[in-house]
Amino acid sequence: MWWLRLPDNARFSSQSFSRMTLATATQTEKARDKAGVSPNGSRRSGPDTAFHLLVAASALLVLVVLGGLVVLMGVGGSQAFRTFGLGFAFHDVWNPVADLYGAWAPLFGTIVSTLIGVAIALPLAFGTAFWLTAMAPPRIAAIVGTAVQLLAAVPSIIFGMWGFFTIVPFMARTVQPFLTHHFKHVPGIRFIIHGAPFGTGLMTAGLVLAVMIAPFMTAVMRDVFAAMPNMLRESAYGLGATRWDVMWKVVVPWSRSGMIGAIVLGMGRALGETMAVTFVIGNVTAVGWSLFAPRSTVASLIALQFPESPAGSLRLSALLALGFILMLLSFASLALARMLRGDTK
Amino acid sequence: MSDTTVPTTGWKPNPRAARRRSADHVATAFGMVMAGILVLVLASILWTLLSRGLAGLSAAAIMKPMGPPGSSSGLANAIVGSLIQTFIALLMATPLGLGCGIYLSEYGAETNRFASCVRFVSDVLMSVPSILVGLFVYQVMVAPFGHFSALAGSVALAILAVPIIVRTTEDMLRLVPTSMREAGAALGATRWRVTLSLCLRSAKTGVLTGILLALARVSGETAPLLFTSLGNQNWSFSLNKPMASLPVTIYQYAGASYEDWVQLAWAGALLVTMGVLAINIAVRVSARRG
Repeated sequence: MWWLRLPDNARFSSQSFSRMTLATATQTEKARDKAGVSPNGSRRSGPDTAFHLLVAASALLVLVVLGGLVVLMGVGGSQAFRTFGLGFAFHDVWNPVADLYGAWAPLFGTIVSTLIGVAIALPLAFGTAFWLTAMAPPRIAAIVGTAVQLLAAVPSIIFGMWGFFTIVPFMARTVQPFLTHHFKHVPGIRFIIHGAPFGTGLMTAGLVLAVMIAPFMTAVMRDVFAAMPNMLRESAYGLGATRWDVMWKVVVPWSRSGMIGAIVLGMGRALGETMAVTFVIGNVTAVGWSLFAPRSTVASLIALQFPESPAGSLRLSALLALGFILMLLSFASLALARMLRGDTK
Repeated sequence: MSDTTVPTTGWKPNPRAARRRSADHVATAFGMVMAGILVLVLASILWTLLSRGLAGLSAAAIMKPMGPPGSSSGLANAIVGSLIQTFIALLMATPLGLGCGIYLSEYGAETNRFASCVRFVSDVLMSVPSILVGLFVYQVMVAPFGHFSALAGSVALAILAVPIIVRTTEDMLRLVPTSMREAGAALGATRWRVTLSLCLRSAKTGVLTGILLALARVSGETAPLLFTSLGNQNWSFSLNKPMASLPVTIYQYAGASYEDWVQLAWAGALLVTMGVLAINIAVRVSARRG
């Protein structure tokens, strides 16, 4: 079994480890019994190797699971990729009746709703983290900080429900009529707000995503800000800097990589979010610039259409191909986070 | 020194200082407004959840199984189904995650390329969209057998739990001082014995925290269960058959047009959130004590 062979340095370190143990010759019998060592002192014996193999095997299993995930998604989607070519990603037709599939409509929905979500969540998270670290009285900061951290753990379906029952009616009854009434004739804005007042759409999805990722981003940013040595902060204040000066010219440059990490991680969450979005996106596979018309995202389309796609059909394959693209997107965002963080450290 | 003394008359504020001060005022207001908005929005979510969830929560909602609309049904089988699936998922994820975490911290030096590969993969798994995990398990465990099963749902949840356990186990084991390992070795303990009886035992609280966090994460997951354990209107304890779960039931009921189903969905949402928050609070309290 070549793949279970131990890496060289691991073998080396375990040798040096047992050499070290051999050096301790004078031991009382009692201590030996306690530590479970046979008196003859054969330490690189079966159990040790078996243990090493066991933990290495579980590490390998983790590797295999991700490998399997990527491979199966690619294999399952290969039929769609073969039928539609690489243009699959940029065709804007998703028509199960005619058996014609292109990924552009859901991809566009995913990307735009994520961007809206991050654009709204970023000032919220940054402002709150700023308030928590620089202004809030310590006791209130502790309470609010803990609450925000706890809310980052609330399951996404709760945000979806809240959006469905609160934001959607609000958008349909208040925001959309208001916008249509006042901006109907403004050329640059007209095509963004175009659409019947259903309340669902990219803007609603972006809002719900923003509320979902903001606590998470706030919690990370607060940790990053708090990690800065206090001396830097005190020196800046000592030089007469205002709170904002300290924030903008000392804290932000110091913690830039951590902040970017927080943003990208929040983005990754928004990209793959299913439940929160499915409730509020409207689920229509169309492409258009209107932020207030029903649309769909990759994850919501998979969640809705997968159960009704028969095994072996082109539709199923197209959905798996969508999954593959989503996988690539999430992988890219993680790699970006790592790269940006690695660069500045 | 004499020209730096503050003049008593004719003093005018430095325009740059004035600008900085007004920028500070704007930024302060901005921070407060943003924090206020975030806190208000989150409070509104909790308020909606509490008021509508408590309205739907009753003894019947917890004790009775799901049923057709209008028939005073409950969520009992979904609650039990969720508990069973999460429990089995943890049963699978814990040994695997512990093993992998131990490998990474005890055998995976910086120069070990296999270990850094596993570390990276585990990080990727942590951020994989959960619906893709559902798709993967569907292809591996549902499509070949031709039917949905609770076991498939548990496997999907386990895949989501493993990377969290791996990460915390590795981090916690790395915090164990080397002198502890050396002391164990000096007593003549074998390496597996040192790892299990010394390192793992002294890192117990941290490792347990990781398992609890994984539990909190997977107990609210809906997307991976949609195509694996599917959901079930009736009682079922067979791992080989579709099983109901609380999040999937919430998803089905919330979009329904029956008022009593919507109420049950809110009650379920309240239960899930309270469970997740309780676990997180328990983690926090134990971390503060430990």
